[in-house]
Amino acid sequence: MPQRILLGDEAVALGAVHAGLTAAYAYPGTPSTEILEFLLDLEERHGGPHAAWCANEKTAYEAALGVCFAGRRALVAMKHVGLNVAADPFMNSALVATHGGLVVAVADDPGMHSSQNEQDTRWYADFARVPCLEPATQQEAYDMAREAFDLSERFGVPVVLRLVTRLSHSRTSVEVGEAREQNVVRKAPQPSTWVLLPGNARRQWQALVDRQAEITATMAASRWNALTLNAGRRELGVITTGISRNYLRENLPDLGWEPSHLHIGAYPIPADKVRALAAHCERVLVLEDGYPYVERLMRGLLPPGVAIAGRMSGEVPSTGELSPEIVRTALGIPVRAGVALEGFVLPNRPPQLCQGCPHGHAYTSLKEALLGYGATMVTADIGCYTLGALPPYSAIESCVCMGASIGMARGAAEAGFSPVAAVIGDGTFMHSGIPSLVDAAAANANMTLLILDNQATAMTGVQDPLVTSSRLREIVLGCGVDPAHLHVVDAHPRKVHENAAVLKRELDHPGLSVVIAVRECKVAAKKRARTTTAVTS
Amino acid sequence: MTYDIVLAGVGGQGVLSMAALIARAAMAEGLHVKQSEVHGMAQRGGAVQAHLRLSDGVIESDLIPRGAANLILSLEPVEALRYLAWLSPAGTLVTSANAFVNIPDYPAQEEVLRHVRALPHAIVVEAERIAEESGDLLAVNTVMVGAASHLLPLASASLEGAIRTTFNRKSEATQAANRVAFAAGRRAAS
Ligand code: SF4
Repeated sequence: MPQRILLGDEAVALGAVHAGLTAAYAYPGTPSTEILEFLLDLEERHGGPHAAWCANEKTAYEAALGVCFAGRRALVAMKHVGLNVAADPFMNSALVATHGGLVVAVADDPGMHSSQNEQDTRWYADFARVPCLEPATQQEAYDMAREAFDLSERFGVPVVLRLVTRLSHSRTSVEVGEAREQNVVRKAPQPSTWVLLPGNARRQWQALVDRQAEITATMAASRWNALTLNAGRRELGVITTGISRNYLRENLPDLGWEPSHLHIGAYPIPADKVRALAAHCERVLVLEDGYPYVERLMRGLLPPGVAIAGRMSGEVPSTGELSPEIVRTALGIPVRAGVALEGFVLPNRPPQLCQGCPHGHAYTSLKEALLGYGATMVTADIGCYTLGALPPYSAIESCVCMGASIGMARGAAEAGFSPVAAVIGDGTFMHSGIPSLVDAAAANANMTLLILDNQATAMTGVQDPLVTSSRLREIVLGCGVDPAHLHVVDAHPRKVHENAAVLKRELDHPGLSVVIAVRECKVAAKKRARTTTAVTS
Repeated sequence: MTYDIVLAGVGGQGVLSMAALIARAAMAEGLHVKQSEVHGMAQRGGAVQAHLRLSDGVIESDLIPRGAANLILSLEPVEALRYLAWLSPAGTLVTSANAFVNIPDYPAQEEVLRHVRALPHAIVVEAERIAEESGDLLAVNTVMVGAASHLLPLASASLEGAIRTTFNRKSEATQAANRVAFAAGRRAAS
């Protein structure tokens, strides 16, 4: 079979293509971004399947849902916190009788390399009562993506594919198979199963609950859940999920023997196999890159019949991503000594805004405008500009979730704080800032919104914006902002003081004002120059 | 045989292109390769690392275990020192001498290099000077791959082949500069 060198993310994308994918939708977010990047590139070179960035994860999910309503196969991809945004369509799509296969690829970020939390998507799959597959290798990512579509069509539910950073962003060779044809367009036969009015929803919910026994049995028997018992030794059994199996195997040569082992790659968990392992062993070590999901299910409320070791009992750290060392320590093997560095303190090198980044100029203006007030407040959002929380700028004071800056500023203003500024990028504003701006405009909240329009979703690798700067202004006006208090300025270094004066004036205005600071991201400009040359040469 | 390499540098310096060159050569020799990369936030001028594992057998972990790396290959001396816990006591550190100063508390450069040179197996390469002399300042990555080429379990010809394939759509001048840069880097570390 042909081999391809693929990132874990790319393996998911190609697996979906070979499963007969018709369309894929996503909002960029590390570590999931490369799934759609791969598909966009493929579409550009081969004309399909269709791939598109969307305004946010919810709109992406709904577009995918429409594809499967029309009987075809769809993929929607996002980072873990993106599923919070798409939680509404996700939870409800479990109740409709999905028609074409729907696969939800979610990349978790244990250790929070590029995220605000390390929530574990397996809980979401459980919450929605849908199957979940968790690859341990890039090969499994490819194979599971293919299989997930079949499972989705068989059970009429979306299927979650849970990835983690280290798999998403590691590349190796993958054996790929034959491509399946796409489904033909064929509308879902019983529209009532898609109309979740209470009467239908009750019936659909009951049907989903009734299907659980069959789903659970099928997933438990899956080839991705493998139990091997060591007949000769009972002192230890190990449960791994996803990539923790790689860390176990990496360390086995030094352990010197092979404990009984259950690997879980398909959920709901294979309860009988867990019980068989527990019955065979005196102690079970549970290794999960993420929350202690399996461990918590095993422990339940009453004392378990077997000693369980894991994140909840301290053998594995309670937070953070797994590593070969953490697994090694949990197995009781001393960590190998590396090379020591003595008498030298390494400086940290946190990420920072690029040299000449327009956000830097905008922050200089904002800080200048805020001078001279007593206490000030700057709420902010998620993107490159979040780095403005660090020195030398130290310009912003919050970063909670996509779009939170505007709502928080409104609330703080209504709590009586003044002056309040909110900072959001153009991408994040389109993602989930608009509804909050509608709120703030309706309330004429005493706050100033600074939109940093750099014409790119820069942090995740400079994706193109969905709307141009000129339309951004119209959108802001359409939210109900008073044109007298809307300014579009150029975030040019020479205009720093001029822009500070505009901001200062608007901070003093007792009501809502919006300043859009426009200047293209340096990296986006470079990328555009490159593609233009490539096209002309 | 397993050969583990921690590649280090600052976001934007080209750590991933260095990894890609070596990975390409290893695959041409029929080895298994796993390459773990850092994407996202850290790429904005922060400390960046990649783990590259080469083996004639199955590679399990995407991450190199601590104390197991055969080689640290770094584009920046402070970044080279950041991952010493991963370096096997028998392993070697190969780093560019050129500091990338984008933090206010960057230590004195001589001090950094003194600590690098005090390590049991360390090679310091004047990568920027060599790249410039080779005709392309951007060929620093290729210089460093050349410098590491004595240590890698790969034929020099495979690495040269990987450089050819990587740059074959670039200008003739870029191709030539990279050929020269590889050879000069190799000489500098011999
Ligand atoms: S990528 Fe663009 S937006 Fe992000 S820091 Fe660099 S210049 Fe600024």
